[in-house]
Amino acid sequence: MPPSIRLDEVAVSVSTPSGDLVLLHPTSAQLTEHRIALIGSNGSGKSTFARLLNGLVEPTSGAVTVNGLDTVDDGPAVRRTVGFVFTNPDAQLVMPTCIEDVALSLRRTIKDKKERLRRARSILEGIGLEDKADTTVHALSGGQKQMLALAGVLATEPAILVADEPTTLLDLRNTRAVADRLFALSQQLVLVTHDLELAARCDRALVIDEARVVFDGAPADAIEHYRCVVDA
Amino acid sequence: MSQLLVGAYRPGTTFVHRLPTGPKLGLLALFGVATVAIPGLWPALALLAVAVALAAWVRMPLRHTLRALRPLLLVVVVVTAFQVWQQGWPTAIHVVAGLLASFIAALVFTTTTSIDSMLDAITRGLGPFRRIGVNPERFALSFSLVLRAIPGIVEIAQETRSAAKARGLERSPRALLVPMAIRTVAQAYETGAALHARGIGDE
Repeated sequence: MPPSIRLDEVAVSVSTPSGDLVLLHPTSAQLTEHRIALIGSNGSGKSTFARLLNGLVEPTSGAVTVNGLDTVDDGPAVRRTVGFVFTNPDAQLVMPTCIEDVALSLRRTIKDKKERLRRARSILEGIGLEDKADTTVHALSGGQKQMLALAGVLATEPAILVADEPTTLLDLRNTRAVADRLFALSQQLVLVTHDLELAARCDRALVIDEARVVFDGAPADAIEHYRCVVDA
Repeated sequence: MSQLLVGAYRPGTTFVHRLPTGPKLGLLALFGVATVAIPGLWPALALLAVAVALAAWVRMPLRHTLRALRPLLLVVVVVTAFQVWQQGWPTAIHVVAGLLASFIAALVFTTTTSIDSMLDAITRGLGPFRRIGVNPERFALSFSLVLRAIPGIVEIAQETRSAAKARGLERSPRALLVPMAIRTVAQAYETGAALHARGIGDE
């Protein structure tokens, strides 16, 4: 059975001194395609939508379920299923050296330290960073950091990967490297992006504008719709 | 400063590197006690020599070590002055040699111990306390987050200072402290979200 994400009348709002601020109006959707793009303007609610999928943001009303698990009631199980890649890898890399950061992800699944480090090293090899294993994460380039952050998330073997603008801070070469890695995955991918070329490579695209899903369909049509929204 | 903490570990194959972390930490504690407990000028100098020899053995880079010792300089000056005034030169040298010896021995420890094995040792050491509700895994994680956070905060301080300078506000404490505090909290929040997303600390 393919992984399935369900949003059931989900709304998110936060209270501010000047009244409630709506981050997402009631939204229902079922996400089952292999690759799904979320596009839209800055501050439109894309990140909120993405963060709902692994319980980083909890719905104010309605419910989000992943493979039947509720993101609020079964938070830990959902986060084991849904990996999340942030825009800024600096926020994601929490350990001092590369190998230790990957090993942190493996702590839960591999209890033996030697085995864990061996596995971490082979993961680093897979992204061409084996010679950087013991260097500090600060010494990596932006592209290398993002590849490392991605490797750290994939090390936990999630069934679904949500990536929140993973290429926004990267140059063309690194954008390609990260994108190729993402599109080579067998896992379901939910990709928040401003890179319309990447959005076009997905199987389905949602356009989010002013805290609402304003279009949902084929990527080419979605991109067209997004251009209209911006031009309007 | 950031280099001091983040780049401290240097992989190697010496006996000190291979020594298990728990016993190594125990030896470091004993060494620290010895610098205080053993009286006399010569034993203190001998311990200092041992610490320096250890540092040379594990190939601690000289420049890095000297830089790490720099913050200690002020303490050394104050302590020396105070002891010379109160107790005379021999005690002053005993105290300062002991202080330097412990500090260098601690540097040897961090240079030869990876964070990962330190976490393992902490987790194992706290195992018995599990019964009274201590979660060793969580404790070890907090420990490593602190290590990672200190250089992070130093970086924020430097960036804030540059930003204030760029706007000609380097003399305004408000332009320095307020953004620094806010960004530190924001960073903590982001790190929390990242840990949460990786499912760490969930179980």
